[in-house]
Amino acid sequence: MGSVQTTSSDIPMIELQRLNKWYGEFHVLRDIDLTVRKGERIVICGPSGSGKSTMIRCINHLEEHQAGDVIVNGITMTRDVKRVEQIRRHVGMVFQHFNLFPHLSVLDNCCLSPVWVKKTPRKKAVDTAMMYLERVKIADQAHKYPGQLSGGQQQRVAIARSLCMHPDVMLFDEPTSALDPEMIKEVLDVMIELAEEGMTMLCVTHEMGFARTVADRVIFMDEGQIIEENDPETFFNHPRSPRTRAFLGQILGH
Amino acid sequence: MLRPFDSLPRRGRGPLWRDPAARALVFQVLLLIGLASVIGLLVHNTLQNLDARGINTGFDFLDNRAGFSISQTLISYDGNSTYGRTFVIGLLNTLLVSALGIVAATIIGFTVGIARLSPNYLLAKLATVYVELFRNIPLLLQILFWYIAVIRSMPSPRQSLSLGDMVFLNGRGLFVPAPEPQTGFWFSVAALLAGSVAAMLMARHNRQRQSRTGRRLPMGWIIPALVLGLPVMVFLVSGSPLQWDVPALKGFNFSGGLTVLPELLALWIALSIYTAAFIAEIVRSGIQSVPKGQTEAARALSLPPRLTMNQVIIPQAMRVIIPQMTSQYLNLIKNSSLATAIGYPDLVAVFAGTTLNQVGQSVEIMAMTMAVYLVLSLLVSLLMNIYNARTALRER
Amino acid sequence: MATSFFRESLISPRKPPVSRQGLRGWLHENLFSGPVNSLVTLLVGALAIYALVPVIEWALIKAQWVGDSRADCSGDGACWVYIETRLGSLIYGFYPEAQRWRVDIVFVLFVVLGIWLMVPAVPGKKVAALVGLLVFPVVAFFLLSGGFGLEHVPTRRWGGLMLTLVIASVGIVGSLPLGIVLALGRRSSMPLVRGVCVVFIEFWRGVPLITVLFMASVMFPLFVPEDFNIDKLLRALVGIMLFWSAYMAEVVRSGLQAIPSGQGEAGAALGLGYWQRMGLVVLPQALKLVIPGIVNTFIALFKDTTLVLIIGLFDFLALIKAGTSDSSWLGFAIEGFVFAALVYWIFCFGMSRYSQFIERRLYRGH
Ligand SMILES: Nc1ncnc2c1ncn2[C@@H]1O[C@H](COP(=O)(O)OP(=O)(O)O)[C@@H](O)[C@H]1O
Ligand SMILES: [Mg+2]
Repeated sequence: MGSVQTTSSDIPMIELQRLNKWYGEFHVLRDIDLTVRKGERIVICGPSGSGKSTMIRCINHLEEHQAGDVIVNGITMTRDVKRVEQIRRHVGMVFQHFNLFPHLSVLDNCCLSPVWVKKTPRKKAVDTAMMYLERVKIADQAHKYPGQLSGGQQQRVAIARSLCMHPDVMLFDEPTSALDPEMIKEVLDVMIELAEEGMTMLCVTHEMGFARTVADRVIFMDEGQIIEENDPETFFNHPRSPRTRAFLGQILGH
Repeated sequence: MLRPFDSLPRRGRGPLWRDPAARALVFQVLLLIGLASVIGLLVHNTLQNLDARGINTGFDFLDNRAGFSISQTLISYDGNSTYGRTFVIGLLNTLLVSALGIVAATIIGFTVGIARLSPNYLLAKLATVYVELFRNIPLLLQILFWYIAVIRSMPSPRQSLSLGDMVFLNGRGLFVPAPEPQTGFWFSVAALLAGSVAAMLMARHNRQRQSRTGRRLPMGWIIPALVLGLPVMVFLVSGSPLQWDVPALKGFNFSGGLTVLPELLALWIALSIYTAAFIAEIVRSGIQSVPKGQTEAARALSLPPRLTMNQVIIPQAMRVIIPQMTSQYLNLIKNSSLATAIGYPDLVAVFAGTTLNQVGQSVEIMAMTMAVYLVLSLLVSLLMNIYNARTALRER
Repeated sequence: MATSFFRESLISPRKPPVSRQGLRGWLHENLFSGPVNSLVTLLVGALAIYALVPVIEWALIKAQWVGDSRADCSGDGACWVYIETRLGSLIYGFYPEAQRWRVDIVFVLFVVLGIWLMVPAVPGKKVAALVGLLVFPVVAFFLLSGGFGLEHVPTRRWGGLMLTLVIASVGIVGSLPLGIVLALGRRSSMPLVRGVCVVFIEFWRGVPLITVLFMASVMFPLFVPEDFNIDKLLRALVGIMLFWSAYMAEVVRSGLQAIPSGQGEAGAALGLGYWQRMGLVVLPQALKLVIPGIVNTFIALFKDTTLVLIIGLFDFLALIKAGTSDSSWLGFAIEGFVFAALVYWIFCFGMSRYSQFIERRLYRGH
């Protein structure tokens, strides 16, 4: 795997400004500041429970923050339903457990949102869906149901489903953590390809090989805050915080 | 399964009484002999007893004159009608209260079940109280309560509760205006049919239109307009050819209109409220059985809440809800036989009650009564098996 | 391009903004999170107050609690005197007053046994089950019915809450073992056994209990030799047992299905025979798994004991109903039914809570 060419520009895609969130009395996200520019690929890692999922779920309002700002594509997140939906159209998300709709075929999973939300003619939506399914190498399974596919296949469908909405940015929340080792690669390959095409990506993952190849920046989170942030080279070879070092030691098995 | 070890050499099996196949065979033969003798003994005793008491056998009694009166008859019935007719009348009355109960219980049950999931704490708690209250009180008690303590304790017809002088409620029952179609009313009925067909065609057209242009027609308006609006228009244009026979107080009671017997009313209310508590639980658990990830995925795809509900949650919840709900419907039909306790003339009260007392042929009559419920149960489970097979999620 | 960032000192946790905290936060979250939510809160609150206040006033505040005749109840509140004056018959039915201590002993034994069986902390569940299935019924029968020097009290004098509990206990004690046998039979590899069990189970599950009771009262006498007279209560009990054993069988079967076939195979590999495999390996696991289901069936059975009033037995509800036509106490039907509802509700709700408790315990244990 050679390193992917950087294509990021200066246009900010996502801005998190002094983001704070509490679950009851528990302070999960503390003064998060993060700017993701268009075309940038960012990998987030950190121990379990450090708030990684919560942070990226605030970006498409699956979780609500209580202080600070979330700005996506220039639109500031509020509680207003219409605005939230508008932002979500630009933001694709891939979950750890795929969350495909089991009652719909692979193709219908991909067409649901384009047809109902974007009002795309179904014929066109099907064409688009088939194109993306082709890209994730699963077009031959288009008429099967999610329950009939392996985990890796399901996750690739989930990626295609998100892409069908033509998002400007993709969020990945540990997309390979629920997969058997032999399936991890097929999903990572799809993600790398996506990165090569210049998609803006924000990935929570512990696949350090992927981070080295693809990421423009690697972020380390712990206790609800960003501890360290650097380009992959520096991040892996010269981690500065003892916490980062300890974490990398565990994950890379040093 | 009777002879699983046929291919093994005889020597390898050991003595015959240790051979599992032989044992199974012997056991089943013994069971058969045992069952046959028990049944034979019962039949023998029964025949002897019937003979001793001078009771006939066979189904000839169905053609005999019944001669007793029944308080609610959906088809014509008089003193000269036969016992066969009492069977049909009882069956129809059972079906009537069951149908009414199923409709009401479904509406209440869905409302309460969805209310239990409301983000509003007070509403959710109220719904919980409803469920826990009504499903933990015996149905018969609830029926007797509504019948004796509420409806029969209502004031006399002279002091009825009334709704706009059209609907009256008193100890003798519920009195509502009866519709009387005049000539020309059938145009409206025809319009209703035409409207429904047109709505179906429109729905099909809408799908094709979406496929071509991506846009949908506002079917939420079009369907009601076609199905309801069209017949109402025709009805008004044709000069409202429907008159209402409004009940009026004559002497000590109301005459005219439709009378809902107090027994039917009490049974209907109790069955609906009781069954609704169970349906509410089914609806709640059905909706909750859809994993949270499904809603999150739908939201992440920017599906608005209503679409998430209609396209993602409900189709998945329904697979869980419908089979359980059908079994509640069956329970409701079986429970409607509690009618006997308050004298509503259902199948059990009329046929297994009065008719049996007069005729005395308990074997035939109980067999016919039970067969009705058995056939209904088997029919419904057959339908359910087909439904389950068709909607089962496809898995590896 | 990449920015480099490193946090020297950690941010320590802060308190959430005021609106998210404590009672105010809770109220905002659950009752007034938006205009619709607030409106619903107000509507439901108003409805609850509107409905609840008169009920509480009637049942508690304005109610008549003490007295001994109808004349004491003149206010417009509930007349609990009505219940008090007939409490004896509601509990014991027509059981001779001098003999009621016998019923009391059975009640006490019943409660002790119930606690022994139901409270997980009390040891010796197997012994308790054996006592409950074998010893208690015999003791209770002789205490209630007579013999060994006790005066004979015929079952037609049994009634009230006592009869309700007798029917419920006999129902459960009889239907559970029969249900287990039927469930095993339905999973048997012998086609005849399986067929008989399926037909038996589906028959009872397909008909209403009331027709079964009718059958028990009009057809059972035909089945036995002419000069043979079975007790009316016994006939009803047999009907109830057969009916509920079918439902029990389905509950047990669901438990059997949940036990992996490897368990039975492991038993076979150890050289256990069929009954040993079932009795020692499969059934203990399966039954433990379906305790909630058994309790739920028991609740249904308990509620349905009321149906015996239709065939002329005087259970608790029948006596309440009879009270509504007592000419010296006309007009207190509501009090009677409310009291009965309360008694049944406490029992059924308690049992359903117990079943949920067991379910959670099981869930944790896995
Ligand atoms: N819905 C919730 N309610 C309360 N606490 C939560 C909730 N979701 C997550 N948490 C807590 O917030 C912290 C961060 O969770 P998460 O963002 O999922 O961590 P990560 O993804 O880094 O493993 C954890 O301690 C978790 O227990
Ligand atoms: Mg996470």
